[in-house]
Amino acid sequence: MTGHAFTFCGSDVVARPSGCLWIAPSRTLCVSDLHLGKSGRIARRSGYFLPPYETTDTLARLAQEIAATYPARVICLGDSFDDLRAAEELSEPATRQLAQMQAGREWIWIEGNHDAGPVAISGRHLWEYRTDNLMFRHIATADPQEVSGHYHPKYGIPGGGAARACFVYDDTRLIMPAFGTYTGGLSATDPAVRTLFGARPIAVLTGPRAIPVPVQDSPRQQRSGGRFY
Amino acid sequence: MTVLPDTFTDWFTRRGWSVHPHQADMLDRADAPALLLIAPTGGGKTLAGFLPSLAELADGTHQGLHTLYVSPLKALATDIKRNLRTPVDDIRLPIRIEDRTGDTSYTKKRRQRADPPHILLTTPESLALLTSYEDAPRMFAGLQRVIIDEIHALSESKRGDQLMLALSRLQAIAPDMRRVGLSATVEDPAAIAHLLARHPDPCPILHADPGPDPDIQMLTTAEAPPWSGGGAKYSIPAVLEQVKNHKTTLIFHNTRAQAELYFHNLWLANEDSLPIGIHHGSLDRAQREKVEAAMVRGDLRAIVCTGTLDLGIDWGDVDLVIQIGAPKNVKRLVQRIGRANHRYNAPSKALLVPANRFEVVECVAALEAAKAHDLDGDPRGAGPRDVLCQHILIAACAGPFNADDLFAQVTSVGAYSDLTRAAFDDCLDFCATGGYSLRAYDKWQRLLQRPDGDWQLRDPRSAQRIRMNIGTIQDTDTLKVRLKGNFKPLGEIEEGFAATLTAGDTFLIGGEIVRYEGLRELTVQVTRRADKTPKIATFMGTKFATSTQLSARVSDMFRQDSWPALPDHTADWLTLQTEVSKLPEADRILVESYEYRDRHYACFYGFAGRNAQQTLGLLLTQRMEQSGLAALGFVATDYATLIWGLEPVTDPAALLQGGALRDGLTQWLAGNAVMKRTFRASATIAGLIERNSPQARKSGRQATFSSDILYDTLQKYDPDHLIMQITHEEAMRGLVDFGRIEEMIERTKGRVDHVQLTRVSPLAAPMMLEMGRVPIAGEGRERLLADAAETLMHDSGLRDIGP
Repeated sequence: MTGHAFTFCGSDVVARPSGCLWIAPSRTLCVSDLHLGKSGRIARRSGYFLPPYETTDTLARLAQEIAATYPARVICLGDSFDDLRAAEELSEPATRQLAQMQAGREWIWIEGNHDAGPVAISGRHLWEYRTDNLMFRHIATADPQEVSGHYHPKYGIPGGGAARACFVYDDTRLIMPAFGTYTGGLSATDPAVRTLFGARPIAVLTGPRAIPVPVQDSPRQQRSGGRFY
Repeated sequence: MTVLPDTFTDWFTRRGWSVHPHQADMLDRADAPALLLIAPTGGGKTLAGFLPSLAELADGTHQGLHTLYVSPLKALATDIKRNLRTPVDDIRLPIRIEDRTGDTSYTKKRRQRADPPHILLTTPESLALLTSYEDAPRMFAGLQRVIIDEIHALSESKRGDQLMLALSRLQAIAPDMRRVGLSATVEDPAAIAHLLARHPDPCPILHADPGPDPDIQMLTTAEAPPWSGGGAKYSIPAVLEQVKNHKTTLIFHNTRAQAELYFHNLWLANEDSLPIGIHHGSLDRAQREKVEAAMVRGDLRAIVCTGTLDLGIDWGDVDLVIQIGAPKNVKRLVQRIGRANHRYNAPSKALLVPANRFEVVECVAALEAAKAHDLDGDPRGAGPRDVLCQHILIAACAGPFNADDLFAQVTSVGAYSDLTRAAFDDCLDFCATGGYSLRAYDKWQRLLQRPDGDWQLRDPRSAQRIRMNIGTIQDTDTLKVRLKGNFKPLGEIEEGFAATLTAGDTFLIGGEIVRYEGLRELTVQVTRRADKTPKIATFMGTKFATSTQLSARVSDMFRQDSWPALPDHTADWLTLQTEVSKLPEADRILVESYEYRDRHYACFYGFAGRNAQQTLGLLLTQRMEQSGLAALGFVATDYATLIWGLEPVTDPAALLQGGALRDGLTQWLAGNAVMKRTFRASATIAGLIERNSPQARKSGRQATFSSDILYDTLQKYDPDHLIMQITHEEAMRGLVDFGRIEEMIERTKGRVDHVQLTRVSPLAAPMMLEMGRVPIAGEGRERLLADAAETLMHDSGLRDIGP
């Protein structure tokens, strides 16, 4: 196990190198911003045909994480689908794979800005959810003890190559990296992310292993990236 | 045959000119459907191309567009317009001449489509865009001649392929259109004629008198060139002396960064305040135009420049060309030298200035090759399919098309004459549906087939997006540089370079030292700063690989026992190398290894050219990764690859085994950065991803990130996809250049000399300072990253915090 284990607001959690968060007390696996069906939405809207395999890839990686952790509960922290139509148009094999993952465990879909509205896929559909003394919602608020997604931060350190998707946390809140294959990120030093945290947030870089590193406010602006449109 | 009207002959006589024999030949053979003229720079090549058009237009009866002139440079089109005006005005010819480039105003462009001039001067990209409009058939209906200037330069790139595809459409619109190509001296004129002709028709070649041999020498300086680096700062006093002794000197550099640095240093030493300007592609257009105007007026004594001045623009009275840094390619050297004495029958005068000791060797080798007329060049393969995909989309923008007709047009292009129908259909399917094995987009087809069998855009509005992305030039994403509080940009730098800057860093642009203040809305904000040494500006000019022929000549020189042709300082350096280590031999690979500052280095001398040495670096580091040697990065030059890591290389022969290298290639091609870069280029040209969108332009960094993920995804789920096939082909002949690694394996047959040293060898020392290092994403990097993060956590005291 190469995850970064730490105590967050009184709960033992692990930031996994894949970008999933493991909340040990309740055996909950949290994952954010899957953006399933992104290539289909882009094709529909712009006529550009990105390789239509990102849903397959995202679900395959999620299945691996579920097999590795065997969670009692899975929380998808919003923007699970790139839009509602993407959810409707989810392919037959993908729907089957989702059902297999859902079998025998509680599954919670938190609503995001991309997939706000009714989705006809099994599981509980909620605006926010509380467990282990933590509040799970898509977009961060001012409330403490909160886990959110939406910004999908990324961060890099000099000499460490390109910025990587990362968790960012301090003693009151945690923001998840994006799990979707085609989902990019916003720099952890971007004011939109940075101002949500106190003086010394920690970024946990994803990749072959989870690497915790303090977020340093450098004058160099880390550019956002990876969003196609 | 076209006869020159008397008014023309009178004009020539009045000016004391006579028609050159090749100009007369061009008139005689003006009826030829295709004709290629090979003439040295300054041979009146362009006038030779235009004379038949001027003669045919002299009586004022032709209505609409008669001649289309295409050049690789916008500046060239502008320059030609100015030069053509002289005879047209003097002879009072009723001819309208206009140019059309990316810089032409919107209203003028619209008017040109409705009411085209007799002669239109343009670039391949602007022409491709013109053919994408519905009214293209009307605009080009009466077209008689197409003149392609500097076709040798275009023929080496995808721009040329795109141009020839566009001509195939024009030919369909105007069946009587005649093609004329104007080329500098090249090693294989027949290859260019094949590209120019309407296949399978022939294309005769006219050779103008090549003129006297150029006078080329290596600059002798009091001071010896340095051991390393590309700045050639040592040569400044000698170069200034040469500038004083000539009317106008062009000082060529291989990269923009070097040009900037040299210009800066030149001015620091320019005690007589000689008017010296700078000209390169990163400068703002207004700045460039100012320099161009000053050159034409003859106000400048010297111009520090890069490849942007390579082509045949008439910049006035240049009587000396200085090449700073090794020329990498003999053909390019000869063409650059042609810039001096831009008059027929006067020998060109040129000086080569090596930037370091290694380049002394390369310059001497290039001199010998130029004197022997031994030009170099590698044949290009079949027409690239990413350009074809773009061509299909352009055709669709102009209106519904029949696939059979389009296929017939495409195969009339020399480079695509061997294209199979199946390969064409693959490209069409890619344009229509994305061409994925998972047929996910069949209901969102970009192109759909109508009941009558023709193809058309599903959504006519997509034409706008397609037009915005026409072109095959992969400009690295750049950011404008502005002085703080000033609107006028100084120029542009690469985004990658901008990302390495922190506030307070200084760099050179437009000959000024500026201080980086910050990024604001995609603009680099700077302030003027004169008191600090600049951090080198690393924005790049194109880095060419030294040609196979030139590499072989350099390697031959190493085989000698002594070096009478080399200056003493360089001969001494090579002698020192033989004492400390040994010189690489042509039929053996030399590997030197040593330790320096806690890193283990291994230098592989393969003489395979920059791109192949780069590939070798990637393959070797991959093999080292497998054997736990924790490679951290490498740098490649034209002659060698230097790898560093956390563990020493003990058995280089095992790493270099041909079979293993070849096996590694396939596996490695899957995930390396060069492939991803190649993929990004091809995917953009073919229209898989957009360079420009109606929304805000994506930053380069975004594109790099996203196209890498697309590449990985295709590699995993659809490895035989069309764009992956194209990427593979491109990479093998371009950036990967595995052909030259094969040549190296064949040449050396596993013979490896491993020399273990206690310190850096004389030959390897310059490599330690080379730019363009490639980091390896592997175990070594992960180890360092984890260590660095741990240190940061520890130093900041955050490691021990608990909420």
